[in-house]
Amino acid sequence: MTTVIDVESVSKQFKIHHERHQSLKERLLHPRSGTTELFDALLDINFKISDGETVGILGHNGSGKSTLLKCICGVLQPTSGEIRLRGSLAALLELGAGFQTELSGRDNVYLYGAMLGFSRKMIDAIFDDVVAFSELEHFIDTQVKFFSSGMYVRLAFAVAVNVNPDILVVDEVLAVGDERFQAKCIDRIRSFQQEGRSILLVTHDADTVRAICDRAIVLNSGKMIADDTVQESLRIFREYLLGRAVEHDHVGTQANITIDAVTTPTGSFEVRNGAGMHFDVDISSESGFSGNFVMEVFTRSGLLVSRSDVQGSPVNLTPGPNRVGVDLAELPLLDGVYDINVGVVAHNANTVIAWREKAASIQVIYDGREGGIVELSPSIRQQ
Amino acid sequence: MDDDTSAGVERRRLDDAPVRVVSARASLPTRLRNLSSRRELLTSLITSDIRIKYKGSALGLFWSMLSPALTLATYYMVFSFFLKNGIPNFVIYLFSGLIVWNMFQTAVSSATGVIVDRAALVKKVSFPREILALANVGASVIYFVIQLAVLAIFLLIVGHEPAWGFIWILPISFVALYLFTASVAIVMSAVTVYLRDMRHLMDVLLQLWFWLTPVVYSYENSLAETLHLHGLASIYFLNPITLIVLTFQRIFYASTTVHSTITASTVLHILPTWPVSTYFYMNLGLLGIMIVLFLGAVTIFGRLEGNFESEL
Repeated sequence: MTTVIDVESVSKQFKIHHERHQSLKERLLHPRSGTTELFDALLDINFKISDGETVGILGHNGSGKSTLLKCICGVLQPTSGEIRLRGSLAALLELGAGFQTELSGRDNVYLYGAMLGFSRKMIDAIFDDVVAFSELEHFIDTQVKFFSSGMYVRLAFAVAVNVNPDILVVDEVLAVGDERFQAKCIDRIRSFQQEGRSILLVTHDADTVRAICDRAIVLNSGKMIADDTVQESLRIFREYLLGRAVEHDHVGTQANITIDAVTTPTGSFEVRNGAGMHFDVDISSESGFSGNFVMEVFTRSGLLVSRSDVQGSPVNLTPGPNRVGVDLAELPLLDGVYDINVGVVAHNANTVIAWREKAASIQVIYDGREGGIVELSPSIRQQ
Repeated sequence: MDDDTSAGVERRRLDDAPVRVVSARASLPTRLRNLSSRRELLTSLITSDIRIKYKGSALGLFWSMLSPALTLATYYMVFSFFLKNGIPNFVIYLFSGLIVWNMFQTAVSSATGVIVDRAALVKKVSFPREILALANVGASVIYFVIQLAVLAIFLLIVGHEPAWGFIWILPISFVALYLFTASVAIVMSAVTVYLRDMRHLMDVLLQLWFWLTPVVYSYENSLAETLHLHGLASIYFLNPITLIVLTFQRIFYASTTVHSTITASTVLHILPTWPVSTYFYMNLGLLGIMIVLFLGAVTIFGRLEGNFESEL
């Protein structure tokens, strides 16, 4: 496997000016005033991405993930260290940043393409695809300043994915556009994967990483704290999130809630389709806490099947061991293995207090002939 | 969608692909290589600059020809009827220097604030940032060529012959002008990021600079004697535009010594009476200095570029 992105001991420092003197007068009058503080946005980051891999970079706001991405795209230069890139790269950072609003959509496609480093000839060849993908056939000769923000982003996305780069870098842009366009973007990213291109995806959304990535890197305050399989990285990410939640809420009573075990009365996690299921979650708490219980069900491929209402299942934990029972009536799932995540969140549902990734896996047995994950049992007859 | 097939055909051998390195400081050869590999972007930026400028105007790019033509016509009227200064064909003298000055002035004043104005782009998209300044220089080269064409047409109409023996020096002089303009534009665009009032200062400096350049007046006729007396002539020539303007005037105005149109007996020394070889060697020397200056400008830009993101 060829390495397409090689990040070697990359660090990035920013200067933070506390007093900005940008005019000549101010600089002359206060040559030394104003303090400058150095801030480490990235500290000694090392990783490699091979051809065909899809890697997620997870981290919270301010963890340095966007800085890292900008360094990889060459928008920023690292303070020290080196990034070696092989093959063409298209970045979906702040879509449409390169647009000239006075120009038409058509002119902007060429200009944006040129900025990404693609020749006029190459853009000529893909121009129709770009327009078709963006669904802006009627507006392509309109000045971009009359575009809605959605149209803006669609056009930029269409250019970036249709130039067929070897490496696609995506920064939380999947959250834009309507749902249908989002689905189209995900489709496009999947076909990118099938074509064996490399994708680097930056997000703070665990679901996206689970759905798309082969591997994930977790950043925290500029340091890389994990570079592992998606499952393991997500676990570390959640763990960190836990630590932060405790730190942030600094309410002593919320600390030290752990999910000990998920068990079934029979000890078996096998269940027949359509049958009911019961399992118990043992939670130990050092102090009293009231919050909400949350359960997620995932397919093995990382698709979220269901997440329980994060505000609808209140639990009052008492100091010591607690048990929460979960009943699933008439499981409508088709055969396969499903992973269950359980956790406790605060009442406002913004803070995860305790979380256990893959707390249990259930095996669903199904004898029928329906395919997919959900049993709909449609009644079909000719009329 | 037919992407699958096209992608299959084009399915790449990445092992052979060149490796690009992003690191703290790129060497000068790397910077120049990056610049030359993005010529296509430069062309796109130049055309979009020009398009934006004439967007919505009915005559479009024709204006860039019409406005110098009208300026030329105005000067012609003013200097042949109202402001007679004794210099015959003064319009040709004026215009041949003015096209040089215009190229320098337009490029530098538009490039000075370009990085600050396009901060959004600079912070989001990766490309050699010098290209933004070079695009402004490129646009002014196009206006220069148009003005040169207007001048040529004017010469044809009035039947004025340029100095054919000197015309081959024009490309050398032009390249020197381009490199000087580009150097100043590149450095000023970066400096303005740190010192925002550079653009206001630059407006004033450019005015002063204009009068230090023999465009409106004749160096030989008004200044040369005094400057030589005080030994200041070499300082006057420190301004690289001076030599370029003199070369253009020598080529298009052609005559060095003329009879005044006011009193026929008065002889005016308009241009230096150097032979063609002097013009050639001086321009060649200037070109050499300008190449060094340009490399210096790219290096300085590289140094200043590192902290753009914390200033923009």
